[in-house]
Amino acid sequence: MKINTYTFDIIVIGAGGAGMTTSLYLANSGLNVAVLSKVYPMRSHTVSAQGGIAAALGNMHEDDWRWHMYDTVKGSDYLGDQDSIEYMCQNAPEMMYEIEHIGMPFSRTENGKIWQRAFGGQTINYGQGYAHRTCAAADRTGHALLHTLYQNNVKAKTHFFNEWFSIDLVRNAKKNITGVVAIHIATGEIAFFNAKITIFATGGAGRIYESTTNALINTGDGLGMALRAGIPVQDIEMWQFHPTGIPGIGILITEGVRGEGGYLVNKNGERFMERYAPHAKDLASRDVVSRAIAKEFRAGNGFKKDGIDYVKLKLDHLGEEVINSHLPGIRELAKTFAHVDPIKDPIPVTPTCHYMMGGIPTNKHGQVITISEREEDQIVEGFYAIGECASVSVHGANRLGSNSLLDLLVFGRSAGMHAADAIKHDLPLHHSSEEEIKAALIRLERWNTTDKGEDYNEIRHAMQKTMQEDFGVFRTEKYMVEGVKKIEELRSRLEHAALTDRSQIFNTARIQALELDNLMEVAYVTSIACLARQESRGAHSREDYPDRDDKNWLKHLLCFANGKIKYRAVNMKPTTVKPFEPTKRVY
Amino acid sequence: MRFSIYRYNPEADKKPYMKDYEVDIPSDSDMMVLEALLKIKEKDETLAFRASCREGVCGSDGMNINGLNRLACTTAISSLKPPIVIRPLVNMPVIRDLVVDFTLFFKQYERVQPYLQNNDETPQTERLQSPQERAKIDGLIDCILCACCTSFCPSSWWNPEKFIGPAGLLWAYRFIQDSRDTATDERLANLEDPFSVFRCRTIMNCTVVCPKNLNPSAAIAGIRRKMAEKGS
Repeated sequence: MKINTYTFDIIVIGAGGAGMTTSLYLANSGLNVAVLSKVYPMRSHTVSAQGGIAAALGNMHEDDWRWHMYDTVKGSDYLGDQDSIEYMCQNAPEMMYEIEHIGMPFSRTENGKIWQRAFGGQTINYGQGYAHRTCAAADRTGHALLHTLYQNNVKAKTHFFNEWFSIDLVRNAKKNITGVVAIHIATGEIAFFNAKITIFATGGAGRIYESTTNALINTGDGLGMALRAGIPVQDIEMWQFHPTGIPGIGILITEGVRGEGGYLVNKNGERFMERYAPHAKDLASRDVVSRAIAKEFRAGNGFKKDGIDYVKLKLDHLGEEVINSHLPGIRELAKTFAHVDPIKDPIPVTPTCHYMMGGIPTNKHGQVITISEREEDQIVEGFYAIGECASVSVHGANRLGSNSLLDLLVFGRSAGMHAADAIKHDLPLHHSSEEEIKAALIRLERWNTTDKGEDYNEIRHAMQKTMQEDFGVFRTEKYMVEGVKKIEELRSRLEHAALTDRSQIFNTARIQALELDNLMEVAYVTSIACLARQESRGAHSREDYPDRDDKNWLKHLLCFANGKIKYRAVNMKPTTVKPFEPTKRVY
Repeated sequence: MRFSIYRYNPEADKKPYMKDYEVDIPSDSDMMVLEALLKIKEKDETLAFRASCREGVCGSDGMNINGLNRLACTTAISSLKPPIVIRPLVNMPVIRDLVVDFTLFFKQYERVQPYLQNNDETPQTERLQSPQERAKIDGLIDCILCACCTSFCPSSWWNPEKFIGPAGLLWAYRFIQDSRDTATDERLANLEDPFSVFRCRTIMNCTVVCPKNLNPSAAIAGIRRKMAEKGS
């Protein structure tokens, strides 16, 4: 096998919002940067974000980044790192102006400023009332943002390697990360991308579940690569189930609908959220609303079709004008995928896997952190992670809506600044021998040389079904023990599965097989972490441990590829404000 | 239901051919074409196509379905007359099966300098833009770069290198219409040759097939109007 080597100062893996924010910063700093993406950049999953980006601009009413910080800490159920949350909320306004200046087509207020809408869990004055803090481009904010970032990368002449799939990290004898090996999907060319710094911006892994709002490409490639390189993932038991996905296909209906005044009803026509969250009602945190819906199903108050339970999201009372100007994309999606026109009829919705709060642990500069034998934080030199694949950790146990686009912008930029500085201070380029490069190609070789074996599609379906049934909204030891066994068995079966298509040109079957390797790693550590955390916090809801347990569990959980678990302290030391101490979380 | 799909793998096939697949689709199903393709791929993994968001916003799965360019993920099977004939996007080089080469398409997009240009001093906060000014780019910012329009445009078939095509021109007009962009004169000057814009013959295939219901034809008319205003 011929392996070409391409050398750069910095390589960025992934061209969604996080990857292109960092690459834009680096390209504008004059660095030699390359972006590898398995799809054309504008096909990345950021494009599907709808509602908006949180920032305390104060365009609609008085606002303060500290209020935003309080909401985010509370939303995280106190598992978020307060230094990172402080940094994110404090930098949010400047970040909004920065993307506005480069062309982001925000909706506008009457006086020409960036328009902001209400969103779940966002309040003013430390929980006193709804905040309108979410900066939006109608309900297609992710599309507008991703295209704006792509356009500016075109302007900055960023070097894109489109439709290149990264296979694994390459490490040398001293365990330095020297880059990645990747395959060009169109031609089958294999190359070693040698760089001083490798930045992962590979997004989420929602495809471990059967029902998800996530794109087909959200297969946890960065997490799989990190785990295989001996790096742990953090808080991976924390999976967000969005309250409003279209049943079956899982298409997202933005929380912005409820921000505009829409609300959920059960089959009795009751606005049931009033019982679960008397103050915030339909705008409580996503974990709270999803659990409330699941409880309505158990009480027999849900609708049912084709074996799927659902409730309805009513918005016809908002009027045609509001729907057409603020929610045009939702109207289009509801008509296409739910066959209802929300101007007249409510939209059927059900809790659907949406976001991975956990990920590769990092500090606020995006530097990847692992943990030593003595349980001390250790920075992995030359390796960064940003966006959904990272756990920085601003979302903790539950992410607030409109904080994910903010996360990828703020930490995309901070990683860019830190990496640029490191290069300017003469960070060396480490090389790798042919053996070291080949070691990273083992799994590709495995798929290329296994002649007979099980169909990997069967394994994927079985994995997704197990995750859905045993590691969903509610979790119990009895079922999870069985679930872990099933995932372990599927994981070993996958090692012997086979491909029939061995062609070089645009072999998408091979890419799907390589993606499934990554999904399986994420499913495995998720199952282990879910079983390990014996409390209920944020999105992790244990029926056998229904309460939050700060005494024993106010800590990050790290899981390695071999199932080994370690813990890290949650950061409670913001630098400019007093820490927010854990209190009972009520909405 | 029968699907007849264009197949071509340059490593194995001397020339392209159509291959038939039978897929069980219940009569009351609301399945999209993409879901059927994914089912087919589980049986025949050699079939190559692109797909990502599966909700019509990423622009990956443009293809020619029963004669029209559309997105597989937003085209309901129930809306089509069987057999369902699927071919790659018209007039674009085929890499394999339904996967086409986007190189020229993106080159034409980049020709229009598809990014905001503003050389004024950068303010401390946002640049102001009234809701009325912002409304002028509604329907222009929503393009997903799927290439359904440009691939279906006869003017692009005749002059693929010189005529920018409807997608690129829609983006050109998006920046011309943005009150924050200060490069309108330069943008119009760059389009003044006989081909870039003027090869559009108002056939309007672009507007007919756009899966986002956008109107590139009106955008092209808008550019011509701006040029006429500038000339007068």
